[in-house]
Amino acid sequence: MNKVMSNIWMITLYILPALLLLLVLIYIPLGLSAYYGFLEWDGIGNMKFIGLDNFITGIQDMKFWSSVYHSFLLALFSALSLLAYLAISLILASNIKGSDILRKIYLIPMLLSSVAIAQLWIKVYNPTNGMLNSFLMAIGIDDPPAWLAEPSLVLYAIFIPILWQYAGFYILIYYAALKNIPAALVEAARMDGASPWQVAFNIKLPLIKGVFKVTIVLAIVGSLKYFDLIYVMTGGGPNGASEVMASYMYKVAFRSYDFGYGSAIGFLLLIITLMVTFIVRKLTVSDEEELQY
Amino acid sequence: MKKLKALSLLLALTLAAAGCGSSNQAEKDPAGSGGTKTIKFMHLWPEGTNAPQNKILNEIIADFERENPGIKIEQEILANEQYKDKIKVLSASNQLPDVGMAWPGGWLQPYVEGNKIASFDDVIDRDYRNKFVDGTIEAFEVDGKTYGLPTDLNIAIVYYNKRIFEQNGLNVPTTYDEFLHVISTLTNNGITPIALGNQERWTGSLWYMYLADRISGNETIVNAVNRKQSFEDPTLIRAAEEIQRLVDLGAFQKGYNGATSSEAESLFTSGQAAMYLTGTWVLPSFTQGENFTQEFKDSVDYFKFPTVEGGKGDINSFVGGNGGLFVSEHSTVKEEAKRFVKYFTEKFGERALGEAGIIPSYKLNADDYDLPELYLKVLKDLNDASSITLFADNIMTPGPAQVHLDMIQSLFGKEATPEEFVKAHEEALAKEAGE
Repeated sequence: MNKVMSNIWMITLYILPALLLLLVLIYIPLGLSAYYGFLEWDGIGNMKFIGLDNFITGIQDMKFWSSVYHSFLLALFSALSLLAYLAISLILASNIKGSDILRKIYLIPMLLSSVAIAQLWIKVYNPTNGMLNSFLMAIGIDDPPAWLAEPSLVLYAIFIPILWQYAGFYILIYYAALKNIPAALVEAARMDGASPWQVAFNIKLPLIKGVFKVTIVLAIVGSLKYFDLIYVMTGGGPNGASEVMASYMYKVAFRSYDFGYGSAIGFLLLIITLMVTFIVRKLTVSDEEELQY
Repeated sequence: MKKLKALSLLLALTLAAAGCGSSNQAEKDPAGSGGTKTIKFMHLWPEGTNAPQNKILNEIIADFERENPGIKIEQEILANEQYKDKIKVLSASNQLPDVGMAWPGGWLQPYVEGNKIASFDDVIDRDYRNKFVDGTIEAFEVDGKTYGLPTDLNIAIVYYNKRIFEQNGLNVPTTYDEFLHVISTLTNNGITPIALGNQERWTGSLWYMYLADRISGNETIVNAVNRKQSFEDPTLIRAAEEIQRLVDLGAFQKGYNGATSSEAESLFTSGQAAMYLTGTWVLPSFTQGENFTQEFKDSVDYFKFPTVEGGKGDINSFVGGNGGLFVSEHSTVKEEAKRFVKYFTEKFGERALGEAGIIPSYKLNADDYDLPELYLKVLKDLNDASSITLFADNIMTPGPAQVHLDMIQSLFGKEATPEEFVKAHEEALAKEAGE
């Protein structure tokens, strides 16, 4: 076995299929889109090389920066919501009655497609006939806001379905991690007289720290490139109040027919996401782990 | 073990499902085999939501295939936005379908400039041209060549609920002042005057285009787009001010800037709003659709957009636009495809109204048809039309059109002043023209 693995040809052979797929599907398009970023191109006709102009436009484009701001807000919310997911998982994993069925209930939104979720919540948020406002009016609030039409509220309104959509996914991960903690450890702590709180904070949480760090990266990167639900629910509106980086990129490339600038935005999105990932990793890596790298 | 079995069963099912998917693809890929030529036709009239169109389309295709042995038409059906995106991606790699749906003006221009679609000048003659409503073929002209042949024709009209008008003692407004009176009466009586789905922005654009037309005449915006004058015209500012006046009066339902057009439509069709401005494409469903109550069908009517005192536009001018078909320049069956498009547009023109209730760009005699009253009224108004101003996103190229649509939402949301609104247009148009 060792002999096979030290043969350079064998290594190449084993790596090749995955590498080819990655190259063709990810890295080559990535390089191309970076290249398109240097062009003035409507996506249909002639290409013209214009150097860094698109990137300079991007840096000066207030609409782009406001979409970056919205993306970062979403990332922040998502990271914070992980705490809620974690709390729920801790409860579920402590063998309460019906934890099995509850876990499945939390998982259901994950099975729905984003478009279905978006349609569902458009109905919920309907300002006159929607479930939410009907409820608010029933309890005596005369003039509940039109959630998706208020520039100051729309981003928060969109975040609720996102929170709901991803609950199942993260709860599943935390639940699995918590279930992996050897029962002996927890029992030993209990024997020593640890309260449930102490068990949770001093035994369980430190043991799933690694998983938690991974989910932070997942949540932040995921929200930075978030697109589908927002696109269906508001199309980035009203007046760009819910525009995120990915939806702005789409709009520029496919609606304004400015493929060059759209590609440049896509590339900026990549760089921003990479930088944030790097920073988050740096911040969450502890000393002992650093030794392993 | 049991779980493992269940899991493998699930996996097998998934694979089977995936298999089904791919076998379908294989079936419809016999291009060119056995001496038959295949024309790929991409359109957006699915059986589900556009049943009558879909039926006519299939019958015309069947007729064409019968009359032209050896030619097969292969369809791909998409939704509107999807279609536009896919066409764009395909064109970048020169893989446009042989025949597809086209829109005039700003949509068409990049494809023509990129030499992606073919001109029809070699297949159409004066006879053919005379069969269509003036301006509908011309809408597809770029630099004197025709790049699309027209199918349907749509104008925007203000639909209103007769019952609500009667209950509030209102008459159909013919002037803008009367229109404002209608709005204030309705709001005073606690009724939403107008349903508007401005999340999609083109819906609000219709209101602006009409006001601009009535105040400024039908040339101003076109001239501004063609850079013969500035968009920062006092009359265009006035039109924007009127939009915000309507907003201030509470003319639109709550949350109009976040509502989709289908939400707005259901507000109107369920009698919760009194008026709704949209295209004649809703006529089939408003008169015969199974989704609406008879009560609604009996109470729906429309009026022409009112004139504004002192404005230059007249009441018989409409905002509208027509669709059509294009043929790919790089098609391997270009001649056959052009023949098909010519055949299709004529047959569609002859049959669309009678069989599907779609108003074609084809000249018709309304008396020949046994149609709901609403239709006859529209056809008559179309015959009397003094001019048709194209939809904004048909006049402008995609870049400025997006600025227009974005600014529409800001204008309606009062996040931009009328001055800022026209200034943004002027800047976008000037940039596009390379000034």
